[in-house]
Amino acid sequence: MSSHSDHDHDHTEPPDAIALRVKALESLLTEKGLIDPAALDALIDTYEHKIGPRNGAQVVAKAWSDPAYKARLLSDATHAIAELGFSGVQGEDMVVVENTAQVHNVTVCTLCSCYPWPTLGLPPVWYKSAPYRSRIVIDPRGVLAEFGLSIPDDREVRVWDSSAELRYLVLPERPADTEDWSEAQLADLVTRDSMIGTGLARQPAAV
Amino acid sequence: MNGIHDLGGMHGMGPIDPPRDEPRFHHEWERRTFPLFASLFVGGHFNVDEFRHAIERMGPAHYLEGSYYEHWLHAFETLLTEKGMITAAELSGEATPTQPSTPPPVLTVDMVEPVVLGGASARAKEDVPGRFHAGDTVRAKNLNPVTHTRLPRYARGKVGTVEMVHGAFATPDTMAHGQGEQPQQVYAVRFTAKELWGVNRPDTVCIDLWDSYLEAA
Repeated sequence: MSSHSDHDHDHTEPPDAIALRVKALESLLTEKGLIDPAALDALIDTYEHKIGPRNGAQVVAKAWSDPAYKARLLSDATHAIAELGFSGVQGEDMVVVENTAQVHNVTVCTLCSCYPWPTLGLPPVWYKSAPYRSRIVIDPRGVLAEFGLSIPDDREVRVWDSSAELRYLVLPERPADTEDWSEAQLADLVTRDSMIGTGLARQPAAV
Repeated sequence: MNGIHDLGGMHGMGPIDPPRDEPRFHHEWERRTFPLFASLFVGGHFNVDEFRHAIERMGPAHYLEGSYYEHWLHAFETLLTEKGMITAAELSGEATPTQPSTPPPVLTVDMVEPVVLGGASARAKEDVPGRFHAGDTVRAKNLNPVTHTRLPRYARGKVGTVEMVHGAFATPDTMAHGQGEQPQQVYAVRFTAKELWGVNRPDTVCIDLWDSYLEAA
């Protein structure tokens, strides 16, 4: 690395200094013909406007509504999710794990910040940060309590540490008294955190 | 490597304090940093394991203080410099940029959608048999390589049960160091809280582990 960068790495840089580093890198790569700035803009637009947790909510709502789809989702999540048009980067190989009366699932990546982008979008800051990554495996109930979630003592909290290239999505339990709800209505009950496992689906009274 | 990135089970990192709502990017520079990953990946400048290892090699204090996208920026600068695509003098403006002798592929606008929707699976094109099956009892080896690995420290030496057999995937330990895919079976191995942390709780942790990380127990 340059002496300039080594110096910067000794302390937390103010955002302005980092912004200058990003600008310098983007300019240099553009000048060398290694990147196309218009493609960068298209990527930003994709992840700001097209890919986010509403995708995953559609998957969950369909699984709640359609037993055959749910069976496909639990046995071959990648293809079942692709049926709804969601696939690709950081969701190439998906696994869906189902919450039941016996097991509450929650996901993490302790080694970096792996996260299922096609269904949940880009991860929130807390998911990528040291407190969550360090604590969810050793103190899952304490962490879930900070999200306002209390899991019964006799129910297993099963943490999935996505240390490989599989990406996990939690299928939350369907709220009671939603028997005649449409898929679109059900999707409104599905939160991002309920698909990470740090939350539950919203109750009908909450919408 | 036994780096600062290997956070599972550490104490003292503070509360989670999740905000109820937050923007996709907290600064404009984060927005500009994010798409460089896909662009440079498609350009063939690094693979995801090299990228992760570049972040793991950050100074520990810098790693903990730096934000997620600052980690990314560090990895881009590090890998492009190490691979000779840019120089520190070019980056600082002290040298006039030179053109690459062989122009690498460039991600263009028309490629964005197929790249995003297609991704780049690390699953091996042909399956490779593994030694273990669902329900087998296995022990994570006590491995401490100074190089890249995806065997978290908190699992080493611990005994668990194979919960899922995922199929064959490229091995990050070799991918990060120019030694190819060398695909192996990957398993979700389930460890009890008693085994990992010595506490009596009904809770478990499932960790995705490559065949060579494991031995029969």
